[in-house]
Amino acid sequence: MHYQPVTPEDKESMLQECGVAKLDDLLRGIPAKLFRPKLEMPEALSELEIQAFLRELGARNKTAQNMLSFLGGGSYDHFIPSAVSSITGRHEFYTAYTPYQPEASQGTLQAIFEFQSMIAELMGLDVSNASHYDGSTSLAEAALLALRQTGRRKILLSAAVHPHYREVLKTYLKGTLYTVEEFGFDGSGGYSREKFFDGLNEDIAGVIFQTPNFFGVLEDLEGIADAVHAVGALLILNVYPLSLGVVRSPGEWGADVAVGEGQSLGIPLQFGGPYLGLFATTRALVRRVPGRLAGLTEDNKGRRAFCLTLQAREQHIRREKAASNICTNQALCALAACVSMALLGKSGMKQVGELNRDRAVYLREKISELPGFKVDLNVPIFNEFVVGSAKPFTQIQSAMMAKGFFPGIGLGDFYEGRGHDFLVCVTETKTKEQLDRFVEALKQC
Amino acid sequence: MLISPDDRLIFEKSRPGRKGSGLPETRCLKDSAAAKLPEKFRRKQDLVFPEVSEPEVIRHYVNLSRKNFSIDTHFYPLGSCTMKYNPKLNEWAAALESFSAVHPMQPEETTQGFLEVFYNLEEALKAMTGMDRFTLQPAAGAHGELTGMMLVHAYHESRGDTKRRKVIVPDSSHGTNPATAALLGYEVVTIRSNAQGRVDMAELRKNLDAETACLMLTNPNTLGLFEVDIQEITRLVHEVGALLYYDGANLNALLGVVRPGDMGFDIVHLNLHKTFSTPHGGGGPGAGPVGVKAYLVPFLPQPLVEKQGAQYRFVTENKASIGRIKSFFGNSGILLRAYTYILTLGRAGIIKISDDAILNANYLKEKLKHVFPVAVDEPCMHEFVLTLKKAKDKGIHAGDVGKRLLDYGFHAPTVHFPLVVEDALMIEPTESESRETLDRFVEAMKQIAREVEETPDLVRGAPWTLPIGRPDEVRAARNPVLTYRDVVREKEKVCREGAPIA
Amino acid sequence: MSLPQELKYTKTHEWARRAGNRVTVGITDYAQKEISDVVFVELPKSNAPVTAGKPAAVVESVKAAFDIYAPVSGQVTAVNAELEKDPGLINQDAYGRGFLFEIEMSQPSDWDALLSAEGYEQALKQGAH
Repeated sequence: MHYQPVTPEDKESMLQECGVAKLDDLLRGIPAKLFRPKLEMPEALSELEIQAFLRELGARNKTAQNMLSFLGGGSYDHFIPSAVSSITGRHEFYTAYTPYQPEASQGTLQAIFEFQSMIAELMGLDVSNASHYDGSTSLAEAALLALRQTGRRKILLSAAVHPHYREVLKTYLKGTLYTVEEFGFDGSGGYSREKFFDGLNEDIAGVIFQTPNFFGVLEDLEGIADAVHAVGALLILNVYPLSLGVVRSPGEWGADVAVGEGQSLGIPLQFGGPYLGLFATTRALVRRVPGRLAGLTEDNKGRRAFCLTLQAREQHIRREKAASNICTNQALCALAACVSMALLGKSGMKQVGELNRDRAVYLREKISELPGFKVDLNVPIFNEFVVGSAKPFTQIQSAMMAKGFFPGIGLGDFYEGRGHDFLVCVTETKTKEQLDRFVEALKQC
Repeated sequence: MLISPDDRLIFEKSRPGRKGSGLPETRCLKDSAAAKLPEKFRRKQDLVFPEVSEPEVIRHYVNLSRKNFSIDTHFYPLGSCTMKYNPKLNEWAAALESFSAVHPMQPEETTQGFLEVFYNLEEALKAMTGMDRFTLQPAAGAHGELTGMMLVHAYHESRGDTKRRKVIVPDSSHGTNPATAALLGYEVVTIRSNAQGRVDMAELRKNLDAETACLMLTNPNTLGLFEVDIQEITRLVHEVGALLYYDGANLNALLGVVRPGDMGFDIVHLNLHKTFSTPHGGGGPGAGPVGVKAYLVPFLPQPLVEKQGAQYRFVTENKASIGRIKSFFGNSGILLRAYTYILTLGRAGIIKISDDAILNANYLKEKLKHVFPVAVDEPCMHEFVLTLKKAKDKGIHAGDVGKRLLDYGFHAPTVHFPLVVEDALMIEPTESESRETLDRFVEAMKQIAREVEETPDLVRGAPWTLPIGRPDEVRAARNPVLTYRDVVREKEKVCREGAPIA
Repeated sequence: MSLPQELKYTKTHEWARRAGNRVTVGITDYAQKEISDVVFVELPKSNAPVTAGKPAAVVESVKAAFDIYAPVSGQVTAVNAELEKDPGLINQDAYGRGFLFEIEMSQPSDWDALLSAEGYEQALKQGAH
């Protein structure tokens, strides 16, 4: 086995040093009935055979590269600079352990610090942690923060938040004394102001909106932060990080906590994971932030030094009283995001936002001109919008896939009675020519 | 100087007008104003982001990487972390565009390759652990534990058994165990281990009752010792109607030796980034699949993967499911890596993992027990614990020895854990290390033991040869500087007040 | 180890100083040594009710967080605002400037249940922690 240096000769002399004749002599005490079970598994394949096998398996997948994909819905096909993988592929980064020994991990720690800085900037807030598993678990953690901070028991949740995220939140709160109340959206796809104010009262620990929401609509949150704070609750916003070069940030909306999915920052689609949960707060909440935090300090010679800090909050110290049970972040994904953001830089963040808007507004307009399809041109969007079709979406999807397109995500999978509506996402990766071809293909459906 | 002394942040290397990436310039809209967002949705706040070119970014992060220890550069005898070799074939597989460019919302017929990977991986995990079904959704070990506790809760609820408020945890357990239980509102009952660090059976009997929801255990325990009373433990736990949960952190000792399912565990979580070689990444991403016995399958998160003829399908039929614990399906890229690893090892290779891991650990223990005392002197499984309590009179702690090892080119072992051993050093060599590496590690430890006696200051002030010495963690916690803006603010404070903040 | 005789103590390492019906609370010299450098203190809110023997505050070091228990029941009348800027006061002057908060007692008999300095010393010898 080429991953293990121990040879039969090594084994013999090492066993001798241990004073035993065979390995199983070291395993006395294991009940005989349980010892050395038969493993029903295939035997090893050679590396050559595995490469052939995996290529064959991969060929059974279609991808956003061999299809023209307009899929969004929480996972986005963006341009990833080639330099990103050359950094995340550095052995010293991807095979490093968690930076509990700071002297041996300044690379990882400084990268996390820079990541935290960039995320806090994007969010318009003061503090960001080193990341969570994904946007949905970040959102659940934000809700837990609000519940603990206020001592209240209810979360008010917009039904226009991603369906998976709402499910995850409910799973996290199941079996606890905490409850979730949803408020609905109106015909335009934006949240219903009336329903929101109906649900807002002093029982609420935190209010959660997503913007742009699951339907791609940028939510009008004018006056919301004040209203939420007036009842003593926290405002939590779930946002699209790559939009924040042009779109109003959570801090500018008055949010206390901002969460989001960082996959759009230099992380490939990978069939849903590993992704990157973002979590940022105002300064006032810094001691309640779950997860890891990299801080800057000095070493014993006055040199700049990074270390994990505020660890007393973390599980491995507070045990039962931890702010959460997080034991890990998604460090390598955070590194990818950090490098990608550094490469985009100040001007690139703005430019990429504009390019997404440009493609989306253009495509939306073109689709609105097609008979058999309906689009609301008035709702503000970033890069996603809902299209209504005369025919059921399943039909549109079959026809379009046969022509090499993934036309979008059917809303019928998530919302009752929406079988004719689908969510179209277009990013900076599409050219005008591709968009025109897409529209032409839709026309033929 | 090989490691660059430049310790500037990327922000501090920024110059206006520099650009690092090649986005397209072309627009679709003739009138660019149409692309402008309505006023109230626009960002107004300045974005303080670096402006640097690609070569500057590359040099910056490559230089940072050189300040890191990693398994590909150093031996990491970290107990309970299983720092084994991360095979490059796994990385090759995950980088194939036919896997990395698949969108999670694609129709199933276009993702059959991935679905087959999930299905086959689950079959392999079942075979190795003796469990009946797995969910591949949890993103990490702690996440798997949370899932496991939710399953415990759902199970008891479904039987109308609402008095189960307590979860029992040995005092030698991993920190996440109690934290997870508390999150779900369970009362955590910590029971004392016996002198060998194993579950004290009398303590266990005393604490098991009709209010016990679950006992969380790892086997071998955090001292690397097999819980020889496991069958009795299982019997006692099930007798009171509670469930038995397996923390899979130490599975590297058991592959082909014993199966958790056969031992009687009801729920198992695995760490693919430990036992199954996926990289630690500097702190994630990992994956924590959870396996269960048949009577708990209805509660598993969904979707699950089934095979129907030649097709693989996602199935969401269980009405009693606890629901999703993460968006989409799990850390697919990590699952693919683990699957590749299992293909590479095969049945015989899987067994050899634990055999070599146990051999290496016992060999190392034999060589080290004369340098520092072993906490429990009996054959261990894949890890063992030394105690440094003797060094206390020299004012040296386990942590100091760990820091001095860095100077010798070894990452520190796990220090001050488990808490049941005074001044513990937990050592797990794994099967990836050669005998020569282990011998060199022993030599270094002997040297350090001598230093503890003769020149303790050398140990107390270590490390000496790394880019930084010990950071002032007290200052970091009292006055958290967590972003570049904080750095700027601190600098301004110094300028204004003329002295650094305590 | 410093142990002022005029104060009263708990097994959980709090000290209490009485003035009329007001009780000032802090942690003992033994405790601050065990905890080592304090980095942060989470104090109760003003006017918050506290119950004897139940957690009322949290003291954090780099490595751990420790619950501080109210020695008597009542209402919090003041908290030590200086600890926000300088949590190290607890280490420097545990019985003086490093106090944590003040309670207006609701049950003066709680005071009698507290340990004397000798009683606390005994408890330490018997391995309270």
